[in-house]
Amino acid sequence: MAKSDMLGESLWDAYSNKVTTLMNNPQHQGEIFEADAEERGNKLIVADFGAESCGDAVRLYWEINPKDDRIINSKFKSFGCGTAIASSDVMTELCIGKTVDEAVKITNIDVEMALRDDPETPAVPPQKMHCSVMAYDVIKKAAGLYKGVDAESFEEEIIVCECARVSLNTLREVIKLNDLTTIEQITDYTKAGGFCKSCIKPGGHEAREWYLVDILRDTRKEMDEEKMKAAADAGSTGDFASMTLVQQIKAVDAVIDESVRQFLVMDGGDMEVIDIKAGDENIDIYIRYLGACNGCASSSTGTLYAIESTLKEKLSKNIRVLPI
Amino acid sequence: MQVYLDNNATTMVDPLVVEAMQPFFSELYGNPNSLHKFGTSAHPALSTAIDQIYTALNASDNDDIVFTSCATESNNWVLQSVFTDLIVNGDKNHIVTSEVEHPSVLSTCKFLEEQGVKVTYLPVNDQGIVEAHTVRSFITDKTALVSIMWASNETGMINPIKDIGEICKEKGVLFHSDAVQAVGKIPVDLQDVSVDFVSMSAHKFHGPKGVGALYIKDSKALTPLFHGGEHMGGRRSGTLNVPFIVGMGKAIELATSNIKETGGKIRAKRDRLEDAILELSDTFVVGDRQNRTPNTILISIKGVEGEGMLWDLNNGQIGASTGSACASEDLEANTVMLAIGADNELAHTGIRLSLSRFTTDAEVDYTISHFKGAVARLRAISSSFAIQKPTVGGEVKECELHHH
Repeated sequence: MAKSDMLGESLWDAYSNKVTTLMNNPQHQGEIFEADAEERGNKLIVADFGAESCGDAVRLYWEINPKDDRIINSKFKSFGCGTAIASSDVMTELCIGKTVDEAVKITNIDVEMALRDDPETPAVPPQKMHCSVMAYDVIKKAAGLYKGVDAESFEEEIIVCECARVSLNTLREVIKLNDLTTIEQITDYTKAGGFCKSCIKPGGHEAREWYLVDILRDTRKEMDEEKMKAAADAGSTGDFASMTLVQQIKAVDAVIDESVRQFLVMDGGDMEVIDIKAGDENIDIYIRYLGACNGCASSSTGTLYAIESTLKEKLSKNIRVLPI
Repeated sequence: MQVYLDNNATTMVDPLVVEAMQPFFSELYGNPNSLHKFGTSAHPALSTAIDQIYTALNASDNDDIVFTSCATESNNWVLQSVFTDLIVNGDKNHIVTSEVEHPSVLSTCKFLEEQGVKVTYLPVNDQGIVEAHTVRSFITDKTALVSIMWASNETGMINPIKDIGEICKEKGVLFHSDAVQAVGKIPVDLQDVSVDFVSMSAHKFHGPKGVGALYIKDSKALTPLFHGGEHMGGRRSGTLNVPFIVGMGKAIELATSNIKETGGKIRAKRDRLEDAILELSDTFVVGDRQNRTPNTILISIKGVEGEGMLWDLNNGQIGASTGSACASEDLEANTVMLAIGADNELAHTGIRLSLSRFTTDAEVDYTISHFKGAVARLRAISSSFAIQKPTVGGEVKECELHHH
């Protein structure tokens, strides 16, 4: 939030001129009929995506020359807002002249790019990015119908955010590499979740297979486990600084039990470890004296020095012992 | 020609109202709380405004009508202070409201739920109305407040406020009504109905934005929302907004002095517009006309998405409104549209046209013609009206994609 948020953006002002022009006058709106396509010796494919009750629906028509699988004509019908109509129009434009195999490579990003007035400025505001996703989905469906395969078979990876086309693998990698902890950071790094927001968590615009909140949680868990495993390995090799807190406490207790406690007990005293805090340079071990040690003059001089030097020698030279 | 048919969102300030406000900016600018002449010179006009508003609503002299900054403030005040007075400092824990309230009520209720208050959101019938017997069945011993809007901003449908008032009175529960869409559109007689708190806003009846009021029956206790200089008898602190209060008084007088006659004229234009656009196939309007504010039409047009329709109307210089999810920032369907139901159609195809006393017959004619043209154009593009069926396997079953 800042000054620019004080007056919300006007939705329609954020549309590119191309979106406006095509909404007002779509070039490829219309139908191709089966009989006409057959008469020309071509095959007609008609695919629907979405439904009126969903809020947006598109019907894509492809007239394909069966000899070379080339889309020689394409039309669309759309129930949707201005950006949905403009996206559908540009999608059909992009399909014409391509083979089915080429067309299926057209993504929603290509559709949105084709709607831009200049390459640097988005054609639609973030929440409308979703409209172009339907164009991509319906192309896959049409290609599947023509080739007699499942539409999903064209997808090589799991796409979590369709608006920005970010895959599950990319998200996991980026979270790990950059040690990301929040959804906002994920959006900053990958753009995922920055548009229609459906993929952030359940309950958004549409139901998704994968959600960023789950991916973040699971990846963080994986990272913690990896860290723990590294720490456990460190514990067995004796790298005190890399140990987890529990391992450090155990290690300190082991050294004290082995080399310190017996001398204190002989004098009627004892000690306990209260806390361990790792700073930039030192690892501070807070201890408390018990019994006769409590108040003994040597407890802040000779005894303390002996405890500290033992721990330094056995565990880490950065250890400081602080009685409280 | 340009036609403004979004009068449930806000209205044009009546030039007579502007004229009444004019002297109180640079001539009579004193603070009415001051003892000197600069301050007291505003008193006669304020006194007139108070009279105008009491008369317009037939409020009793024992009642309080406190000026606020807007109806959002009035609604927040009632809900938050009933929470303070009867829930935090009392033994109640429950509020009854409806699913179709304005966000200033719904969001405040959500906020109070986070503080531990139980809130019941009553459903509406297929006319978009909260039925009185539903209200009765949800009131418990722990209910502190019932808050039901007088008339709906989306549908214009009028709730049975008199019946709900009687039920609340009988049960000893406070009753608040957000009357933003009722005041100035239909007769509101506060001695005829039993309502404890009524919120209103000047800009909905040709007054200025930034001034509203809260009616408090019998000057009931209600902890102030604003603390400060003890203005308005200590009920609402903040220097009196003299020109806007004067404007609100003038506006409510103009809107109500001939309300039956004015309402009848608006209704006639509205009905003509409604009849004409209902000639289009596959359309329906929400709610019985007799029980609707005389200026409002909420129409669903099959095969035409609301934002697209709004776009085409805007290209024709017509300002209307849609509850379509596509037109909202978060793409979430309008909860009011969903509550009224009808298979989610309204949530995507609902267009609201709201007239005012300034709407002319020529504007209605222009709108009818342009509206029909827009529907024809968009239906020609619409997949809902396509003839060629999809290739086998290319069909879509009903929406399984979205949540709403």
